Amino acid sequence: MLTDAPLLEAKTVSLRFGRIAALDEVSIQVWPGEVLAVVGESGSGKTTLLRVLHGDLSPDAGQVLYAGRDIHAMAAPDRKWLARNEWGFVHQNPRDGLRMAVSAGGNIGERLMAAGARHWGNIRAAAIEWLARVEIPEDRIDDPPRKFSGGMQQRLQIARVLVMGPRIVFMDEPTGGLDVSVQARLLDLIRRLTHELGLASVIVTHDLAVARLLADRTVVMQQGRVVEQGLTDQVLDDPHHAYTQLLVSSVLQA
Amino acid sequence: MSGATTASGATTASGATTASGATTASGATTAAPDAAYNFAYLDEQTKRMLRRALLKAVAIPGYQVPFASREMPLAYGWGTGGMQVTAAILGSADVLKVIDQGADDTTNAVSIRAFFARTAGVATTESTAQATVIQTRHRIPEFPLREGQTIVYQVPQPEPLRKLEPRETETRRMHAMADYGVMHVKLYEDIARHGRVTLAYDYPVLVNRRHVMAPSPIPAFDNPKMHFSPALQLFGAGREKRLYAVPPFTSVESLAFEDHPFHPWKADCACDLCGATDSYLDEVIIDDSGGKLFVCSDTDHCATRRAEGHRGAKAGHALTAAE
Repeated sequence: MLTDAPLLEAKTVSLRFGRIAALDEVSIQVWPGEVLAVVGESGSGKTTLLRVLHGDLSPDAGQVLYAGRDIHAMAAPDRKWLARNEWGFVHQNPRDGLRMAVSAGGNIGERLMAAGARHWGNIRAAAIEWLARVEIPEDRIDDPPRKFSGGMQQRLQIARVLVMGPRIVFMDEPTGGLDVSVQARLLDLIRRLTHELGLASVIVTHDLAVARLLADRTVVMQQGRVVEQGLTDQVLDDPHHAYTQLLVSSVLQA
Repeated sequence: MSGATTASGATTASGATTASGATTASGATTAAPDAAYNFAYLDEQTKRMLRRALLKAVAIPGYQVPFASREMPLAYGWGTGGMQVTAAILGSADVLKVIDQGADDTTNAVSIRAFFARTAGVATTESTAQATVIQTRHRIPEFPLREGQTIVYQVPQPEPLRKLEPRETETRRMHAMADYGVMHVKLYEDIARHGRVTLAYDYPVLVNRRHVMAPSPIPAFDNPKMHFSPALQLFGAGREKRLYAVPPFTSVESLAFEDHPFHPWKADCACDLCGATDSYLDEVIIDDSGGKLFVCSDTDHCATRRAEGHRGAKAGHALTAAE
């Protein structure tokens, strides 16, 4: 699966919010088809890193290369094109990623229509197919997401992101705010879909169980710095850095 | 509301004189402009500012150009945007026609026509063929526009994306990046819910294959008339402070799906006064027992046809007895 060049690479990326160094010379790589987890406590810069990787925030220093191109040096319309066609972003709160007043079918179809799909029947068929893949009953296609449960909303958001067949998906705490059984089902779904589609993804989470379940590799962040990275099992079973050891040992064993 | 305005239009259109008394259907009355006002009311600097904005609008078809909208001597929503555009382009040799919902003799049309007759001393007319500048609210005349004519639309809401995206910063970015997926989402929803697109007016169009534009609240029936029109089309929104334009012979496509093509809806019958089957009709309630009349909303079109001898099914109706 691994190829010569990383799909996405951050090179010594730094970003300050006033006196606070949100990112301090962060370097990471994401390879095609790989799931990378970014873990760390609140305020460690995980979400900021994700937004810099996705092009929403520009770093003060350093580069973000996607398929060899610096995304912060390219023109905004080009970056937008990538964001629409090759990237996906799953927000923690489905409200940020969905149009709550628009039906489930419309939500899934929006990306297709933005990319130029103009055949209503085909758009409808794609929406039906993706609802089935994220385990939402077909007869809910004309219901707006505000009538859905939290778990269903999150699955709908994933369908909306994946319908375009992106090469990389950014997820910001995709299971946050869901109860444990719904979380388990969603994680199962994400794991199945990422493997089926050969997606690369970057998953930001504070939940080590999510990293353990989904991620091939894990990056541990503390105060804007990457303190440890490696294969997930390695990092979690044999943590080297003191902060990682603290993080692993503070998980309650059920 | 449209019924009421047209009812008055239908009864008096053939009378050839309007409330102002200054204009006849056959053409052109002129008087010297009122010396108390600058030509066409606005001062010369303001008109230059408007013309600069209009040049930019014509250069980028469908793009909304911000401009410093002035206070006009009537309320927003009564055509202040259209009047400013008209004032900026009017010359003393122009012949002005003003319509409101297709009618030449409704309050708004009569007042604006009288306004420019007084402040600019220009000739006014009710005939589409004779006019060089046509200011309109809610309709495009049935008589095909020709090269050299200018049609000025009064626009209440210039932003076609506003109902879908309330943030101005965001809609500007969407226009800049041609990010119009959400526009089709609205149409998708209509078809999913009702089996067809239910937008009857202000039906969004793609201009010059680049900008999505609000055609102002004209009926969807009129949208095809904008496509490759030989006339210059200017749009003015006074309250929203935006101008935009469609130059002559520019493509204007109504948004639609391949399997649900655009359909210009109209009432499925003929005009009861002139018998026209191809014009846009208004439904007019004529009594308290559900009686109704379908009449052309374009009073000039209807009057011209009746003068040519065309007669509709209810041509002898009491409401039209005045003829």
